[in-house]
Amino acid sequence: MTATANMTAPSLQQIAPNLESRVKPGDLATAQMALLGVGVALIGAGWATGGEHFYFSYLVGYMGVLGICLCALFFTMVQHITRAGWSITVRRLAENTMAALPFMLLLFVPVVIGFDHLYHHWVHPDANDAVLAGKSAWLNSTFFFVRVVIYFAVWIGLALFFRSGSLKQDETGDPAISLRMARVAAPGLLLFALSLTFAAFDWIMSLDPHWFSTIFGITYFAGGFMAFLAFTIVMAKWLGTKGYLKEAINVEHYHDLGKLMFGFMVFWTYTNFSQYMLIWYANLPEETAWFAHRAVDGWGAIGTILVVGHFFIPFVFLMSRHVKRNGIALSAGAIFLLVIHCIDMQFLILPGADHGAEHAAGGEAHAVAHAHEHANGFSAQLGEYLHNVHWTDFGCFIGLLSILAGIVVMNVRKTNLVPLRDPKLAESIHFENF
Amino acid sequence: MSNTNKWGIVAEFDSAASIYQACKKVIEKGYTRVDAHTPFPVHGLDKALRQGPSHLGWIVVCFGLTGICVAQLMMWWTNAFDYRFWVSGKTPYAWETTIPITFELMVLLSGISAVFGMFGLNRLPRLHHPIFRHKTFHRASDDRFFLSVEATDPKFDTNETVAFLQSIGGQHVEVIEE
Repeated sequence: MTATANMTAPSLQQIAPNLESRVKPGDLATAQMALLGVGVALIGAGWATGGEHFYFSYLVGYMGVLGICLCALFFTMVQHITRAGWSITVRRLAENTMAALPFMLLLFVPVVIGFDHLYHHWVHPDANDAVLAGKSAWLNSTFFFVRVVIYFAVWIGLALFFRSGSLKQDETGDPAISLRMARVAAPGLLLFALSLTFAAFDWIMSLDPHWFSTIFGITYFAGGFMAFLAFTIVMAKWLGTKGYLKEAINVEHYHDLGKLMFGFMVFWTYTNFSQYMLIWYANLPEETAWFAHRAVDGWGAIGTILVVGHFFIPFVFLMSRHVKRNGIALSAGAIFLLVIHCIDMQFLILPGADHGAEHAAGGEAHAVAHAHEHANGFSAQLGEYLHNVHWTDFGCFIGLLSILAGIVVMNVRKTNLVPLRDPKLAESIHFENF
Repeated sequence: MSNTNKWGIVAEFDSAASIYQACKKVIEKGYTRVDAHTPFPVHGLDKALRQGPSHLGWIVVCFGLTGICVAQLMMWWTNAFDYRFWVSGKTPYAWETTIPITFELMVLLSGISAVFGMFGLNRLPRLHHPIFRHKTFHRASDDRFFLSVEATDPKFDTNETVAFLQSIGGQHVEVIEE
């Protein structure tokens, strides 16, 4: 151990003499302000025009973007626990993304303001509702906010630990920091899995508090990790056009990020199908109601669009090695998957919004009956969706994604572009796919 | 010696770097039927040898699609056509129930075709290969790196090729008989 502790990694100048280690002072400042400005403007306009529906739209955007931030933390911890070499240059971008988690706490405020409206079903349950009475030990306002604090404490704590450790290594070059982070990553991942699962239960699944699915957290994670990889690909490519990270994150890294994005796109399909098939097969009313809500009011078309757009199209498109190694094709695939991720969040969150408050009691029976009388075709359903969808259902996601991108640019400008003295930096810059 | 058919010429190298350089030089010289045999994967060697991409992927895709079609046809035939059978109120052909079997059969045929397709493309299994006649070739799985030039190469000339391999640092350069 003493031998390794005294070792220092080779400097960046030795490994890659042409690599920019920092963003030039003042550079990217306009982009940062523009991204933050567009984001705040979109959220503000949504709040001004959306009425009560704004809170549901905001939750769509918030959960979509939160998944990206959380999975940046997941990505960082997985790289540490596996002691991966290839991803060192990508990791700093993930660290700068997860550093947005404290801002995500701030951006949680609109959810708190809309809390009463969003979670109306269980905040003001029907007096005769035995199911919700049985769940009241978990689903009550006090414990809900206690859990919000716990989740954010875990996430922000882990994010700050891994980011500050990595930044400290930039200065000291101490390889022991890598070992310590690998050790903390194990319990960190456990905490992450539990907190993300219960947050998905609390913030999305409880919109329809009668319904339950134990795999729900994993489906949320799968989509979020795919979106994180898509976001990272787009950000890195954009930084590349500005002349940064071009050598550090090269075609080999994009190939691997593309493979992971492809893999978790398929994993999303796998977990969602697992959830759907078991519910479909057992055909129990308290479980099928959730899908019955999603077969009417245009959501039937969105279900089909998700099967095709979240699986079949990207599966065929991203399968080839040549696509993953082509910058334009991979970026196009990543942007497409980010749009699909937003539609996925709409599918999870919005059907509860339109039915929820109006049909508090007997809403499920209504939805089931409704599904039978409207056995519409795809185009009729799509027409209904397009008629019902509010611009904020996309606008909030785009706005929050823009804010996240702005925060990432801000962090990128403040830190070194890659972990300069990570012992495996050379391995990461020079690795090749077979 | 002169009456026997030659398989090729094999040279030994003592490091990954030296075989990488040797491969580049052999290809630059214009040889095409060249291969390298190393104890572990050496980065960039396939590029240095200018090897094209493997065709294995196409074999796997064909078998995977076959698996999908066979599974769908089988379940449709047995449940919905040959002997219509209603199970737990589901329609005889319900796409939901077919997905796991379709997935599994696709994976099964893809996996099997990947392994046996690789065997086929490598002309395996075989009991013996001429290259094992080389005296030190057993070290290819230990600590030595080997470069072979086959006799079918248009540029192949016993004396000239041996001299060339020696000139680029090859040791134990041997002419291997078929």
